[in-house]
Formats: sequence, C-alpha cells, structure tokens
Amino acid sequence: MRTSLLVAGFGGQGIMMIGKLIGECVFEEGINVTFLPFYGPEQRGGTASCTVIQSDKPIGSPVSEELDVLCVMNQPSLEKFLGRIKQGGVLITNSSLVDIHSVERKDIKIIEVDADRLAYQIGSKKIANIIIFAAYMAIAKTVPIEKVKAIALTKLGKKPELVPMNRAAFDAGVQIAIASQC
Amino acid sequence: MEKIYTRPNALNKSVSGYCPGCMHSTITKITAQVIDELGIGERTVCVLPVGCGTLGALYWNLDMVISAHGRAPAVATGVKRVSPDSVVFTYQGDGDLASIGLSEIMHAANRGENYTVLFINNSIYGMTGGQMAPTTLVGQKTTTTPGGRNPDTDGFPMKMAELIAQLTSPVYVARFAVNTPAYINKAKEGIRKAFQNQLDGKGFSLVEILSNCPTTWGMSPIDTLSYINDNTLAEFPLGVFKDREEEQS
Amino acid sequence: MEQIFMKGCEAIAETAIRAGCRFFAGYPITPQNEMPEYMSRALPRVGGTFVQGESEVASVNMVYGAAAAGTLAMTSSSSPGISLKSEGISHLAGARLPSLIVNVMRAGPGMGTIQPAQNDYFQASKASGHGGFRTITFVPGTLQEAVDLTYLAFEYAVRDHNPVILAPDGFIGAIMEPVTLPDFKEIPETPDWAAIGYGKRGHINLIKSGGATEAEQQEINESAAKLYERWTREDVMVEAYHTEDAEYVFAAYGTSGRICKSAVDELRDRGIKAGLIRPITISPFPYNAFKNLDDTRVKYIIDVEMAIPAQMIEDVKMGVEGKIPIETVLSSGGNIIRTSDIIQKTEALVKEG
Repeated sequence: MRTSLLVAGFGGQGIMMIGKLIGECVFEEGINVTFLPFYGPEQRGGTASCTVIQSDKPIGSPVSEELDVLCVMNQPSLEKFLGRIKQGGVLITNSSLVDIHSVERKDIKIIEVDADRLAYQIGSKKIANIIIFAAYMAIAKTVPIEKVKAIALTKLGKKPELVPMNRAAFDAGVQIAIASQC
Repeated sequence: MEKIYTRPNALNKSVSGYCPGCMHSTITKITAQVIDELGIGERTVCVLPVGCGTLGALYWNLDMVISAHGRAPAVATGVKRVSPDSVVFTYQGDGDLASIGLSEIMHAANRGENYTVLFINNSIYGMTGGQMAPTTLVGQKTTTTPGGRNPDTDGFPMKMAELIAQLTSPVYVARFAVNTPAYINKAKEGIRKAFQNQLDGKGFSLVEILSNCPTTWGMSPIDTLSYINDNTLAEFPLGVFKDREEEQS
Repeated sequence: MEQIFMKGCEAIAETAIRAGCRFFAGYPITPQNEMPEYMSRALPRVGGTFVQGESEVASVNMVYGAAAAGTLAMTSSSSPGISLKSEGISHLAGARLPSLIVNVMRAGPGMGTIQPAQNDYFQASKASGHGGFRTITFVPGTLQEAVDLTYLAFEYAVRDHNPVILAPDGFIGAIMEPVTLPDFKEIPETPDWAAIGYGKRGHINLIKSGGATEAEQQEINESAAKLYERWTREDVMVEAYHTEDAEYVFAAYGTSGRICKSAVDELRDRGIKAGLIRPITISPFPYNAFKNLDDTRVKYIIDVEMAIPAQMIEDVKMGVEGKIPIETVLSSGGNIIRTSDIIQKTEALVKEG
C-alpha cells in the first residue's frame, strides 16, 4: 500500500510543518515515509508545497503524479493540483481562503476546514496549519489519534504558553474531520 | 668570543634566490629574528602566498602552508582555528593581498582572526614580470601601464593599512619601510608587536612594509632606496593607523 | 540501532561530525543551507569550529588550512558555489589533503534554478577544478546511503590523503526519511605531516599543492595516477537490481536511481523484464557493470537522468562499448523524473520489439 499526499499553499502558511508533522507521526508508527519539500525562491508569499509518501514497502519516488490526498491552503494551489487527485481521492481545503464552487469533480471526497477563521477564534492565525494537520490525521487513521496528539504537542511545544492553543487547534481539526465523516 | 650576529634559526642555510637588492631578504631576515627572539619557531606556521613570497618555502625553517593566490588569510583562518596554540602568520605581496585576495584579507581582519599578517608592498607584480598592482603609483610605468598608471582608467593606489584600520576588529595596523637602517629597526619592532599581540590573544595585526623591486622597476638596488623616499613614501605615509593598546591607555 | 526521521542535509552534517569532522566552513546557497546552519549549532558542542566564510572561495581555502593543520574538515555548497570552490578543490587535490566537499546539486548551468537536479555529473566525476585530478565521488540514492557514504568518505579521505566529493542531488538534500546514524568516532591525534609548528618533530612540514621542479610535479602526478587506478580496481560501488535476466536495463543514479527501482518493480508486475544499474561511485565509474551485460539478452539500456543533455550517458557508452543501444528518459530544470515517463518509454520500446 502506497499513499501519496500533497500539501500546498503560500509560503508562510506553515505548509512544511504540516508535512513534517505527518511524516513524524507516520514514522513513529513504523511505516515507511518520505517528506519532500518544494520551495519557490521567496521566503514568504510564494508557492510552497510538500509531498508525503507512506508505504509498507521501501519508497522509490518521493513524489507522485497521482495523489490520494491533496491539502490546499490557498486558491492557486487548488487550481494547480486539483487534477492530480486520484478517482476516489480526498481533497482537504482551508475553506477560509479556498472556494470550491468551481470544482466539478464528483469522483473525490471534499472536506472543508475553516482553518484560518477557527485559528483566529482560538487565538492565533499561525495555528491554522495545526488544524489542517489534525484533520488529515483524523481522516487518514494510519496512526491512533491520541498518539498523533502526543507527538504533535511535543514537537510543537517549545514554548509552554503555546501548548493550550496548539491543543485547542488540534482538537478543532479532529472534530471537523469526525463531523465530515458522519 | 661572543657571537653578535648569526643566521636566525627560523631560516635555513639556503642561499637566497631573491633578486639582488630585493627587500624580501631584509624583511624575511628581521621576521626570522623576531621569531627567534620570541622563542616561537617550533610552534609557528607560515602561510605563504602566490608571488615572489612563495620562494620563502625554500628559506623558512618553519612549518609552512602554501596557499592559492590571495587566499592566505582564509588558509591561515583554517590553520589557526583548529590549532590555536600555533603561531600563525601570512606573508603576502600587494597583488596577492590587495588585488586577488582583497576579500579574504578584509574579512579575516573583520573577523579579528588572532594571527599576524605581513604585507609586503612593492607597488608591482614582481614574479609575473612587472605588471600594474593595485598599489602601483600614479604615473608609474609597468608592463601593463606602458604610459604610466592613469588614474582615470586604472584608479589610484590602494592604501590597505588605512582601509583595514577602518575596521573595528583589528588590534594593530601599521606601515613601515626598510630603505634605511633606522626604518629597518622600526619595522622589526612593528613585526614584533604584531606577533606579540597574537601571543597575547589580542587578535588581528597587520604590518605593511614598503618594499622595492629593482628588477621590474628597472633600477639599481641603490636607486630604489631614494625612489621609495621620494615617491612611495609620499603616497604611502608611514605610521601606526590603529593600535588598540594605545586607544585604551 | 535506532532510526530517526531526519532531513537530508542535517543527517549528512551530523554524520560528518560522527565521522570525526571538526571544521566546517561554508557560504549560504540554496538548497543546502541546512548544512552550515546545522554545523553552526552542532560543531561547537563537540569542540569543533564552524566559520561562515565571506565567499565560497574563502570557505574552501579555510578547509585547506584546517586540513593542512591535520583536522578533518569539510565544506558544502550547491552547483554555482562548487564552481567557485573548484580552485580550492584543485589545491586540496594537489596538496593531497583529506577533506570532504558536498555538492547538493541544483539545476544549471549558470544560475539555473534553486530546484534539485543532476546537472553537475561531469564536474563532480571528472573535473572539479583545473589540473586533471580525480576524487572519489559518491552519489547517494537514499538518505541512509548518503549517511553511510558520508561516513565512508572521511575514511577514504584519510586513507588516500585526498579530497572526497559527495554529490547528492537536491532531492536527497531536502528529503526527510528515516535514517540510522553511525557511532561517534574517536578523534585521532594530529597526524605527523600536519603543519602546526615543527615542535619536537625535528623536521619541518611544508604543505603545498605543486612541485618545486618539473620532475617533482611529474612524480606527484604519477603517484596520484596510481591512486586513481587503485580506486578503479578496489573502490567501485554499484547496485545491480534485477539485472540477472533483464532485457531492459536502466542506468540511473541518485534520486533517478531510486525512482527507476520503483519503475523496475512496476514493469516486472506487468511482465516486462526490467533491471537497474545504479552507480554509487561515479568516480571511479562502474564500467564493468555495463561491460558485463549480456548483449544477446539486453535489448536496451535506458539512461535516466535529471540533466539535459544527458551526462552520465558518456560513461555508460564507454562501458557498453557500442554493443547495446542506449535510449534516454530525461528531465531538468528542477523537474523530478516521472515514474510514468520511464514506464511509458520502456513499454514503447517493448512494443517496437
């Protein structure tokens, strides 16, 4: 079983953090995994994306033309990568910034996460990526969610004052994912 | 009988291959005397340049590293950083230090590397046959300035000691000459100070020494002495441009 | 041993420290900045030295100085920066100083792009500077291999008194995957040939990258040539994957190599007998792996590189000696080779018969 995930958005949205955290969690579960970032030349505002491949066999190509899951944090990324989702694949959007009305595909499952707005409500726009990450992990179910949470909070938790906010963001992402699957 | 003059231990017994009248011999000798007098020969590393100074490899009785053209300050940085107990000095000409190696010397000075730089400025490329150097005097004829250095197209002589003294890190920057016995004595004291600073862990010291090139200047050695007095010194004033010790006292 | 999930450049840097490297000088250039950044944090913790050089040129010459003083030293850069370092690499080879140069390859020529590529094959394998010297040049296919080869690189550098080049493509530098790191090596005493002051040694050491006479220079060249010849006999590293019965053999290294490996598996699932020859050293090059292919069985060699025009193909041709036709699947500019392109190309060749 090989699954491919692409996360894309603006540089500065924490795209790489999403991919790396997924990679860390999957790695801790003993699954073969690669994380490959793709940066534009800009530090902020350009396009950033990363690919996470998970497999029960050694991983050859660290990228994939066909995606099992696409996570998009902004509109240009949706337009750029939508066509690469496999039949039956999943699209996760940051619906605060991504409008899916133009999406005509009926062969994929779409999960909208109002990540930026939720992040503001929780207290920091910087944690939108944690919400998306949590939503993905809750949907993927490759790693028990409590384990994911423990790993994520450890990796994110260098400043103790941020822990409650990270925890709230994580829980919000999981709830949306559960609701979307009902 | 008391021995009052001898070959310094920091030099071997080879006969010098420097051209007759070349001041490299003088500068090499007084540097070797300083090394002997400070008793540091066995832990000294001389980082040699590309240029006439490379010939020092045949004469120094010291561990040596020959670097690529202009890179001696970078090479010396590597040596000194991994072997801080070694006494490290570079011995560079004006083409090496002020032209192709300008970046390396400025940044080594700016990092305040704890080593000693001896900068031998004779206003010309000697080894390659007398081409214009950054330090060539205005109007001076060289094989690449047959009409004399023209500041409109070739710029003006670069005053390295003054430039480096502008930086915050260096502890001692001075210019000396060796065209009179009195100047030689002063130059030797400057070199001693530049080594002592390193021994005391104070940081970067650069001593510029005005030199000659009878061969490519097209002069007898004796005429180069008055040429330096009349022309070189007018462009490159002698003096101490920076001395942190004095600033502090 | 315990696996950790680590980024390419950082794993290489950490391995270098474990292999005994105690001096690093480098200059910022994408995509390898994680290596100097990691070294600036990690080297001081083990009593080593990190210097951010003012240029690539200065950095490699700092390595020259540190190596001359007997410390294991390295620098890293990416393609345009390696061009600048080529002066220093030549001097390191001329002076026979143990050292490691890492080139995290990006697209070229010129500025190229900052994206990963394999455009520096010729430079890394044949001519990393003037004067006709060689290095052992490793091209890792996975992060674990990059780690293992970094460790080996320092052993070879010390063994041969010569610089070693590690040339991971930018994908290996950027990728995160699980790796097992080697143990920390003991730092050896300063070698007797090092220039640190003659001390009680009784003779001086002179580190130089040239001969004082024509005769001495020729001796230096001849001695180096003997070393290079020994490498071709003893140090060639190559992976042959399903080549025993293969009719279509890929020639690919680095990330292209690992992608071809997946392609081999997929083609075999479809009943096509594919195989892979993946050079791990490109200097010395595994000519024999190609020479020994049975030309009555192998129908095509397919050279797969992230470089246009292809570069390794020149060495493949020398190995094959004209006995098997060679086709290519190529990309460049930072575009990763697509598994589907490799499979389509192979299937098209199969159809042709």
